[in-house]
Amino acid sequence: MDYSANNYDIVVVGAGHAGIEAGLAGARLGCKTVIFTINLDWVGNIACNPSIGGTSKGHLVREIDALGGEMAKAADKNTLQSRMLNLGKGPAVHSPRAQIDRRAYTADMKHRLETQENLDLIQAEITGISRTEDGLWRLTTRLKTLYTARCVILATGTFLAGKVHVGDVSYASGPDGMFPANDLADSLRELGLPMRRFKTGTPCRVNRLSIDTSKTEPQEGDEKVARFSFEKDIPIKNNALCYITYTNERTKEVVKKNLHRSPLYSGLIDGVGPRYCPSFEDKIVRFADKERHQVFIEPCGENTEELYLQGLSSSLPEEVQLEFLRTVPGLENCRVMRIGYAIEYDCVDPLVLKPTLEFQDFPCLFGAGQFNGSSGYEEAAAQGLVAGINATARIKGREPLILDRASSYIGTLIDDLVTKGCSDPYRMMTSRSEYRLILRQDNADRRLTPEGYRLGLISEERYSAFEEKVRLIETERKRVAETIIRPSQALNDLLVSRETSPISTGICLEDLLRRPQVDYECLAPFDPQRPDISPEVSEQVEIDIKYEGYIKRQQAQIDEMRRLEIKTLSENLDYSLISGLRREAREKLQKIRPANVGQASRISGVSPADITVLLIWLEKEGKNADN
Amino acid sequence: MSDSRTIAAIATAQAPGGIGIVRLSGPNALQIADKVFSAASAAKLIESPGYRAHFGKVVKGVETVDEAVCLVFRAPHSYTGEDTAEIYCHGGLYVTGKVLQTVLEAGAQPAEAGEFTKRAFLNGKLSLDRAEAVMSLVEAQGEQAVRAALSALEGNLAKKIKEETSLLIKAVAGISAKIDFPDDEVEQIADEELLSILRGVSERLKKLLETFDAGQVITRGAKTVIAGRPNVGKSTLMNLLTGYERSIVTEYPGTTRDVIEETITLGGLTLRLADTAGLRETDDPVEGIGVELALKKIKNADLVLAVFDGSDVLTAEDKILLEACAGKPSIAIINKTDLPRTLDKEYIAGITGEVVEISASRGEGVETLAEAVSRALGVDGFDPSSAMLANARQRNCCVNAVTLTDEAISGLENGLTLDAVQISCEEAADCLLELTGEKAMSAVVDEIFSSFCVGK
Repeated sequence: MDYSANNYDIVVVGAGHAGIEAGLAGARLGCKTVIFTINLDWVGNIACNPSIGGTSKGHLVREIDALGGEMAKAADKNTLQSRMLNLGKGPAVHSPRAQIDRRAYTADMKHRLETQENLDLIQAEITGISRTEDGLWRLTTRLKTLYTARCVILATGTFLAGKVHVGDVSYASGPDGMFPANDLADSLRELGLPMRRFKTGTPCRVNRLSIDTSKTEPQEGDEKVARFSFEKDIPIKNNALCYITYTNERTKEVVKKNLHRSPLYSGLIDGVGPRYCPSFEDKIVRFADKERHQVFIEPCGENTEELYLQGLSSSLPEEVQLEFLRTVPGLENCRVMRIGYAIEYDCVDPLVLKPTLEFQDFPCLFGAGQFNGSSGYEEAAAQGLVAGINATARIKGREPLILDRASSYIGTLIDDLVTKGCSDPYRMMTSRSEYRLILRQDNADRRLTPEGYRLGLISEERYSAFEEKVRLIETERKRVAETIIRPSQALNDLLVSRETSPISTGICLEDLLRRPQVDYECLAPFDPQRPDISPEVSEQVEIDIKYEGYIKRQQAQIDEMRRLEIKTLSENLDYSLISGLRREAREKLQKIRPANVGQASRISGVSPADITVLLIWLEKEGKNADN
Repeated sequence: MSDSRTIAAIATAQAPGGIGIVRLSGPNALQIADKVFSAASAAKLIESPGYRAHFGKVVKGVETVDEAVCLVFRAPHSYTGEDTAEIYCHGGLYVTGKVLQTVLEAGAQPAEAGEFTKRAFLNGKLSLDRAEAVMSLVEAQGEQAVRAALSALEGNLAKKIKEETSLLIKAVAGISAKIDFPDDEVEQIADEELLSILRGVSERLKKLLETFDAGQVITRGAKTVIAGRPNVGKSTLMNLLTGYERSIVTEYPGTTRDVIEETITLGGLTLRLADTAGLRETDDPVEGIGVELALKKIKNADLVLAVFDGSDVLTAEDKILLEACAGKPSIAIINKTDLPRTLDKEYIAGITGEVVEISASRGEGVETLAEAVSRALGVDGFDPSSAMLANARQRNCCVNAVTLTDEAISGLENGLTLDAVQISCEEAADCLLELTGEKAMSAVVDEIFSSFCVGK
């Protein structure tokens, strides 16, 4: 007899980075929520690269924090080493990155989930999902226990029909030796979701004590810690070291000799791998002329000797991996603790999702994370947060949260997925955003915290602190615009030393700050009225001034973009009624069902001419409606 | 403008010719055509397959308007992508006009300027820059203009622009790859290399912009004024160039009062000629108006042909005329070479640069004049089938691209951070891509992955 255990408002399937944010958001917004996980000991598993952040990913993490999500705080708490990438290339591309203690992070996240009100965390494998007559979702576990839910968020990561490949050995498995979710994969296909197969891979882990670090280049964290969370009271550790070494001709030879034994090249793997994260054998093949490839050795935790070998992801047979590792300086006598492998998994085509991450054809069913075809912990967490917020909105009858491309990288990520789709695992990059000078990591709070507060995920206390910060920025900006600095020998010496022209009459402080060669700090001795404000505040003032022209221009582009976004298109619009559309455009529009003309314009296969036709048609319909 | 109208217009030039074509396009094109066209075979056009010609006559009630052939095109296999009927009747403004009138009375609406091409574009039959090229082709009156319009149609402009765009995209990818994968062993493009690429792009785009003015002259024709004292032979010259008697030519000064405009082709270029009154101080009020108008026309002209009587000496009025030509593309034409020359040629040459000697009454010197005109307008040696910007929209895209490229260059030179420089470069690429309708960003991402070995 099936045991009917419980009904929930929201069921989250998977306790990875997406599942965590989804579950916490739902619970915090007042929904009775549960997260199911196949393995309770690997909640929030940092399955591959033991780091969080990096270019554009750091932006995502800060935006998650600005909205009231959790990842940033846990990342800060469990940092081993901190760096800000792209320093010197301008604030639009500064990206915080941290090495993370894998086990500590998991334990920490698990505890946060355990202590969250309204949230249950249960170890169980979900094996089936179906609709009940009264429109609820019914889920079955391996132990044949039944649950019902008003909304379900699928955050299954790489578990669905997971298959691990190493050389010519393959077997059904989730990542890191965990059980795969095969029955659920079947159930989802039966339900009618458009599934496909992606793959990803991971490199060996080696024991630190077997590495000869003298043959490598050490890399420390930055002197100044780059934190993720806007809540500043979390102390951040920054002592760990990474190491850099390089492969060579001999490494190449080993791989080339054994290429036929790679499941990628022997055709055993169907899944599509990510362009940005090729396996080592991919690199050897595609960039055959390259003599050496960088290997970045990263620590996995404070209390472990495991080291991660970034750049050597592989699914070549075990003995081949060992052989090529030993050709690398420093790794000659390495003792491998985990062999690298490739894993294939089922995921869904995100084109069938709405910008809220709800399925177009399955009300109250949501997708988040690698299940949607993305890759990366940060991309997953961002989607989980949005899915959790929107599942709650569905249940409570509120307006859903749809972030547009100009508001955040999160918005850009989701728009890319649901409008353009992805033919390989989607990784966020700064190049994917058109509004990089506006979407900076330093102003994520200014952009998103008001929304987080409105949603109810940001506390009163935090919001007051935020409002104070904004007030200080505005005040200081005004003061700087009204302050005149008189010429002096010392000032002119400074200016000349910075290769910019000296001044002969009084100059507005704002105009001085506008010069790329001058910064806020160096002008301190000449600005006696300067109030005591934090560097975060002065940094905002300085950036706003220096990039004013660019920011204005990007803002104008954003306004232009938003003009098309407000031209809404009905979900049920029959595109076959609009004459003048090309056939490909018609098909794509019918499939993706964009919410507005702006989104329609970004669909591949929809040309500017088709948009003109759409706009003209809308005009006509509008006039007809008026008549 | 609604797609549900059936439109009609005369598709051939409004000039005497052997054949005139009236074209109908739209949902009721064939029904309306059936109302005015009676096929000899008694076939109904509405039942006709596409690409079929029917011989018959255009009728208005029982009256025959003209014998004609009607071509049927069925959607989407037609110029506009809609059902189309083209009635080929005997040319001549009167007859073709009558056919059009009959068609309109039968229910078609008069087409607005460019409407057929607009529909072709909206129906996906033409891309934007090809639609513009068709418009230019239709407007082109001179041989050079036709060649230029054809080359745009074949994509010479697109090719040139694509070259610059791909350089910009490579530059952006060079910056972006390092920004998106800073820890990887990616070669970031060096500042010097970036500057050199950007400077090259800016220079070549500026050259392309110069073609715009020449392009306009070629497609629209140059507004040309023939100026000179009374009786230097302007009217004779005008008549010579236009090929028949347009201006009144008499022996007494001051007889050509009003300005007559005429379009001619000279050396493959289109000149829009206006005759002018004699340049002379005068008490006669009617004369006076003509002279003022003449000076004004010179001010607005693209080209001035200043005519002088070679058998006379330079008068004060001649010098006034010469002054008015200063700074303008102009040619001094020393007329009446059939008479003994007393005019100071060197003096004139010192001011206008181009001097040509002709005898208008004998018809000698026209080729030399044609070459001088080419040089004066700056289209001498201009190959119109090389890439050329054909209209204001294209010019605008190019101007913006140059501004942004220069912005990137000055940013780099002044130590502006790479994030802002990258944005300028990307926006410049976008302006160029606008010409052909694509977006820069996805191109950059693709470029990064195909050219750089980047890993996790």
